[in-house]
Amino acid sequence: MTASTGEAVIETTGMSSELSPFRRFISDYCESKVAIAGAIGVLVVAFIAIFAPWLSPTNPYDLATVDIMDSRLAPGMQMMSGVTAHVGTDGMGRDMLSAMFYGLRISLGVGAMSGFVALLVGVCVGLTAAYFGGRVDMLIMRIVDLQLSFPAILIALVLLATLGKGVDKIIIALIVVQWAYFARTVRGTALVERRKEYIEAAACLALSHRRIVFRHLLPNCLPPLIVVGTVQIASAISLEATLSFLGIGLPVTEPSLGLLISNGFEYMLSGKYWISIYPGIALLFTIVSINLVGDRLRDVLNPRLER
Amino acid sequence: MSVFIIRRLLQSVVVIWVMSLLVFGGVYLIGDPIDMLINPEADQEDIDAAIRALGLDKPITEQYWFFLINAVKGDLGSSFIFNEPALQLILARMPATMELAFAALFLSIVLGIPLGMWAGLHPNSLSGRSIMTGSILGFSLPSFWVGIMFIMFFAVVLGVLPSGGRGETTEFLGLQVSFLSWKGLSYILLPAINLALFKLSLVIRLSRAGTQEVIHQDYIKFARAKGISEKRVILVHVLKNIMIPVVTILGLEFGSVIAFAVVTETVFAWPGMGKLIIESIDQLDRPVIVAYLMIIVFMFIVINLVVDILYSVLDPRVRLQDVKA
Amino acid sequence: MRKTFSALVAGAALLIAAGASAQEIRIGIAQEPSSIDPHYHNLGPNNGFLSHIYERLIQQDSKQRLKPALAVSWKPISETVWEFKLRKGVKWHDGSPFTADDVVFTAERAVNVPNSPSSFGTYLKGKTFKKIDDYTVHVSTPNPYPLMATEMSTILIISKKAAEGAQTKDFNLGKAAIGTGPYKFVKWQKGDIVEFARNDDYWGGKPKWGRVILKPISSAPTRVAAMLAGDVDMIDGVPTADIETLKKNSKVKLSQGISNRVIYLHMDQNRDKSPFVTDKDGNPMDKNPLKDVRVRKAISMMINRPAIVERVMEGVAIPAGQLVSKTFFGHTPNLNPEKHDPAAAKKLLKEAGWGGGFGLTIHGPNNRYINDAKICEAIAQMLTRGGIPTKVVTMPKNVYFKRASRGGPDKSPEFSFILVGWGSGTGEASSPLKSLLTTYDKSKGHGASNRGRHSNPKMDALVVKALATVDDEKRRALLQSATEVGIGEDQGIIPLHYQVNTWATRPGLRYDARTDERTLAMDIQIVK
Repeated sequence: MTASTGEAVIETTGMSSELSPFRRFISDYCESKVAIAGAIGVLVVAFIAIFAPWLSPTNPYDLATVDIMDSRLAPGMQMMSGVTAHVGTDGMGRDMLSAMFYGLRISLGVGAMSGFVALLVGVCVGLTAAYFGGRVDMLIMRIVDLQLSFPAILIALVLLATLGKGVDKIIIALIVVQWAYFARTVRGTALVERRKEYIEAAACLALSHRRIVFRHLLPNCLPPLIVVGTVQIASAISLEATLSFLGIGLPVTEPSLGLLISNGFEYMLSGKYWISIYPGIALLFTIVSINLVGDRLRDVLNPRLER
Repeated sequence: MSVFIIRRLLQSVVVIWVMSLLVFGGVYLIGDPIDMLINPEADQEDIDAAIRALGLDKPITEQYWFFLINAVKGDLGSSFIFNEPALQLILARMPATMELAFAALFLSIVLGIPLGMWAGLHPNSLSGRSIMTGSILGFSLPSFWVGIMFIMFFAVVLGVLPSGGRGETTEFLGLQVSFLSWKGLSYILLPAINLALFKLSLVIRLSRAGTQEVIHQDYIKFARAKGISEKRVILVHVLKNIMIPVVTILGLEFGSVIAFAVVTETVFAWPGMGKLIIESIDQLDRPVIVAYLMIIVFMFIVINLVVDILYSVLDPRVRLQDVKA
Repeated sequence: MRKTFSALVAGAALLIAAGASAQEIRIGIAQEPSSIDPHYHNLGPNNGFLSHIYERLIQQDSKQRLKPALAVSWKPISETVWEFKLRKGVKWHDGSPFTADDVVFTAERAVNVPNSPSSFGTYLKGKTFKKIDDYTVHVSTPNPYPLMATEMSTILIISKKAAEGAQTKDFNLGKAAIGTGPYKFVKWQKGDIVEFARNDDYWGGKPKWGRVILKPISSAPTRVAAMLAGDVDMIDGVPTADIETLKKNSKVKLSQGISNRVIYLHMDQNRDKSPFVTDKDGNPMDKNPLKDVRVRKAISMMINRPAIVERVMEGVAIPAGQLVSKTFFGHTPNLNPEKHDPAAAKKLLKEAGWGGGFGLTIHGPNNRYINDAKICEAIAQMLTRGGIPTKVVTMPKNVYFKRASRGGPDKSPEFSFILVGWGSGTGEASSPLKSLLTTYDKSKGHGASNRGRHSNPKMDALVVKALATVDDEKRRALLQSATEVGIGEDQGIIPLHYQVNTWATRPGLRYDARTDERTLAMDIQIVK
């Protein structure tokens, strides 16, 4: 994915360089130390999310082993099962560390999954609008406008209340909220690209619509998409947290980071800081890391900025 | 030009209509508020009577038709909960939200533009980078979490600012406002900063990007070559040129500020229309939900239109036309 | 010099603060009333907060015992007629005298409020009011009606002169908001403030506070923060999570009291194919184990009530074995909270032929009762360990209650195993027995909230008989046996605990906790 991005930059900007595109991209990226930290952060978070079941001391989703008698233990205390809760337990007796690892897995999974599908949908819709133009474009863009005129949080609220709870439901809600951003971005970029000579050339060669759109137009729209994608994943995670905070979203027995924070929210003033502060920090760490990467990508992939 | 405006207005009527249909249907699907409104000691007969009293026994199509006819007359229905016109309920709460939103916008411009320009002029300095990294924090922090942290720190630990509510208001041009008294200001400060954080980051990024673009333009180079003081170059030439896009985008973002006020108002108990909508969703007060969303969408469309028109006035290169690009 | 000056200033500020505080009380409330019209909406916050302005013929004290208010005495003068003697010398806020005309007017008006989402008709239907003289009213019913006094303790009396022809709007604007209560209505800015001022002519003596200010703060942590920051003098609905810390805080004093609300579980005892009862692997079944009383008993035995009270409710609740707690009319001494006994529960399950277990889903609200979602989760933990793997689904109350009551086909309850609560507004056992446990019958108005569709003709008969028995002792015995059948023998519902409510005040104040969960300025005591 990153490799193709690099190529895309080269194609659009037409810059020539002695380094291979990928290495040039990496070296550009690495000019910022903060961005390197962000990338490492993302890797750490992804590692934890993928290997959560093996890294966690207990399974926080197994109701047969979670015991309310363990609830609200301070960090370092021992649970009934003999496992030490290094960062304490929450109000239901879940080991906070395990709950955070699993929660991260869900938050990141939800963010990535919804971001990815929304990107697919948005790209298809946006490209269609840009390529065909005219009435099709107008209709699609009116829908996009309508969608964007709704505050994301309100759409998700109404949707989730109708759909009910569950990981799948929240992913659907987030896709519905997000696709329009991608569509708008793709359409905007594609409109600019469409008028360039290489598309005209392709059209002169009588290539099929599909081929022109997917083989020629799309690759050149990728850079802004990747930037929007990273930002959207971060905002999806944040939105999911807010929805969980408002009491809709994920089932209580399988909390995401957002739900952990909102569960801990009630302990905020009670001195049991670990229940809400630690997942809060984990969430911040995740979102900030992703945004740092996204931010740097924006700079690196934007040929207009002189660095 | 007038043809353009008329067409856009007609389109927005369609958009608002589609929206009312979606919301009406959506809220209908979620359920009705009877089970929450009714006293548990009521028997089945009482429940049926209450359903009839609110007109919820009629088929959805009839309910919607009834709503539509009244809406055309300017009546968006009466709140199930308060038995007062939904429009009136919302308009009564609007000044509080508007004040909060404008305060947030004001803060983000006043703080965001200088910070962003600084970061743009000194992109490689420690301060410049810190500002940029800080701005990432600004849009990464979930606002409910920040809000509660603010309350924790400023109201509980330090005890210097009130924890929530609107405090006393003064009358100004017939509206009740907070910003004219110190007490009122102390109440609006925390929620306004909370709401501003996201937009502040946006302004910082926009003005930084703008500054970086402008600073390399020829006219800035000429200005410098002419020996105009650096202060004047930055304050007049750079600032003027980045203001336009920043203000435009902020105008477009105004709708989203109002929407995000929902979370801020809930956390800070700010008596605006965002709190009203959350409470209405909580109680499935359909007339208020539908009316609120229609007002928000209408506002958004008007803002867009105004921005488009202003743009064409300010920048003759932009020609107003329908999307045919 | 400078030091003395600032000390002086500080001293003066303290004096002013103390002077102001005896005059004014600011209360942070969790839920705002929806109207100033006392008959528009039969809803907890309305019935509570409007008691500052208006009064009832009979009032319920902090333990929901009946006490004279606008009526000085009441008694049945025949099988079907009750006589109310009214208090003399009571004045409305506008200065006019209170008479029997106002009572008759109130009874007519309260059932006819346009667009009322929850009418007081519930308490007034079938009753005919007649003025005998200025201070005597007769109320007659077609059949003997023992709950007369209890139900009359729910209706707030309004002034005929001020409210004739008035709409709900006129009350909200204050025009018709004329009562006889200790405080006069000043203003209501929705979502922001409700304000009352002292009624100097109050018949019950001069009220304590010059001004009462209610600030609606729905978010619990924000409310607690407002208390800690000193922005309000008192809050209601203190969340259980903060109680432990607040106890240690010298800036805050807590008042606690048991409420009339019981939290309990309904089980589907009607359908053979219950939608959320599955086999152990989650496949649907044709048989519904919840129909077997032994299974229901086993579930009750698997639940460790003291653990829920201690760990989930942070000690702020009382384990329950029936519908109303000890001080209430109709409580039976023969029913205690079920003992936690997983071994016996297992045996019982085996006996019933479900030794291999089965799967369940518990549904509950997540923003209605204190810690509701967490209780569901704790129960799921206990049942899962007991061999009934249980899933938890919680949802906001706006979605939950409709589905729980009539979300299924033909408006039947949608779920199989749910958590609900019941607050006994009348302060006795007949209303929950009638609503929750009698056979669902729309024509009789029975079982309106019987979401598990428990049905036992023997219990129905006892309840019906109790509702027609005017003699208090006989009625008490009937209600007790009905409870023993419905809950003791049938396990028609599984009671979990009674809620305990907590208020926080600044030092120097004390709140006499009320079982009906109301927050009233009249019940705030100044202590030295």
